[in-house]
Amino acid sequence: MMRNVAVIGVGQTKFGELWRYSLRDLIAEAGLAALRDANVEKPCIDALYVGNMSAGTFAGQEHVGALAADSLGLRVPAVRCEAACASGGVAFRQAYHALGAGVYDVALVIGVEKMTELSTPAAVSSLALAGDHEWEASIGLTFAGLYALIARAHMQRYGTTHEQLAHVSVTNHKNAVGNLYAQFQNEITVEDVLNATKIADPLTIYDCSPITDGAAAVVLASGPVVQRISKPIWVLGSGQGTDTLALHDRASFTEMAATKAAAKRAFSQAGGSIADIDVCEVHDCFSINEVIALEDLGFCKKGEGGRFVERGEIGLAGSIPTNTTGGLKACGHPVGATGVRQVIEIARQLRGDSHNQLKDVQRGLALNIGGSGATAVTTILGRNEP
Amino acid sequence: MSVKSSVSLYWRIFKNKYSLVGTECKICQKVFFPPMRYCNECSNQTTERPFVGKGTIESVTTIHSAPEGFEHLVPYHIGLVRLDEGPVISAQIVGSVDNSALNKKVRVVFRKTFVDKHAGIIHYGFKFEII
Repeated sequence: MMRNVAVIGVGQTKFGELWRYSLRDLIAEAGLAALRDANVEKPCIDALYVGNMSAGTFAGQEHVGALAADSLGLRVPAVRCEAACASGGVAFRQAYHALGAGVYDVALVIGVEKMTELSTPAAVSSLALAGDHEWEASIGLTFAGLYALIARAHMQRYGTTHEQLAHVSVTNHKNAVGNLYAQFQNEITVEDVLNATKIADPLTIYDCSPITDGAAAVVLASGPVVQRISKPIWVLGSGQGTDTLALHDRASFTEMAATKAAAKRAFSQAGGSIADIDVCEVHDCFSINEVIALEDLGFCKKGEGGRFVERGEIGLAGSIPTNTTGGLKACGHPVGATGVRQVIEIARQLRGDSHNQLKDVQRGLALNIGGSGATAVTTILGRNEP
Repeated sequence: MSVKSSVSLYWRIFKNKYSLVGTECKICQKVFFPPMRYCNECSNQTTERPFVGKGTIESVTTIHSAPEGFEHLVPYHIGLVRLDEGPVISAQIVGSVDNSALNKKVRVVFRKTFVDKHAGIIHYGFKFEII
């Protein structure tokens, strides 16, 4: 039987082009902010889990677990978790398991990526390594290209339109207004999306999350430490799913089996259903992925996602407010940091201090996806101890 | 390509890329392209199997923002091609391509694929053209 585990502190850097700051600087800023928020001292930390995809290719640095511990002046066991864009979600889940198993009482989880040291073509090449190097990246297939193939298949099969996809980006930009941590805090229109620079047809630059530097951190705790915390946010369920690495090997190009498996496991632990979720952060690395995530999680039927977002269901006043931070599109997507940033927002919504605070939030869900859908991590948080 | 300076990284799949040679499992008859050394269903060692090189486009995109080594090709087209033998592969589609390419039949062609200036290797392999 797992012990109950709670998020007791959160912190992050601004996301953006942070040329003044190094990988170390970002880790230290986010980590220390989370410790201050939790009101715990460094000696309380038993272990460090770092989500990071590719510091080696992005910033010329591996051994990121030790780097992170060093940056914070910690000498505790430090583990780096890599699962492409789901690295942050996987790191969180590993820490959760270690605390739940009673190995540690307090752990710090940090997601970080430093992506703007490289030119755009070099960054695009690094990101492409999240797919199948031999058979996808080697033919010039980018991540925008992979999601464009998914979008085209969804359009063909379900009649989804680019206008409908554009509503994802428009909503996320709107939600980011006033989010001081977001890379972009400006509104855009459907026309802006449709007429923007093409990246991989049908996706334009406004369908794509940007290249970003940033770090995000949470303090997780179990046992007596949690009793001192005024508003612990409890982990109710955690699930992880895996599918083929390459898109072309999937049974379907319009749904993600890894998401379905991760959600099923998280709900089997948390109890209840998708109808009990009041707010969610989902992985909108590309506009089409938010549509597919909403379908695969069960907020709408398969194929209905385009019409669902067009009707405004994902807005702050919709049936399921989604990406209240601005999502990956507007917050920016420092790949290793994203999964942790998503958890931070769900915790904030449950604590009552989000910049887009919703009323009466009891349960929230974060969905972090790696690659073109090879890894998915679903986390369900709640206000009441399970 | 982000990984450079390695001949061995590529030479072992030259045959597969040049001649569209995949693998098959003699026990359960599952066929693989890209090749798998061990069957992912029954775990038996596979044997080589040539593919005819015909298929159907199941999805297609045009790349405008390219990775390193492909900038000079922009815009270029990539499709998900379901080979007549069953497996789907990602491949560049040569010639004039737009939305109407969906569900079109294609055949394999042999082309230069990219130049690794760092290692001095000119890579060749399969692309597809609409029949």
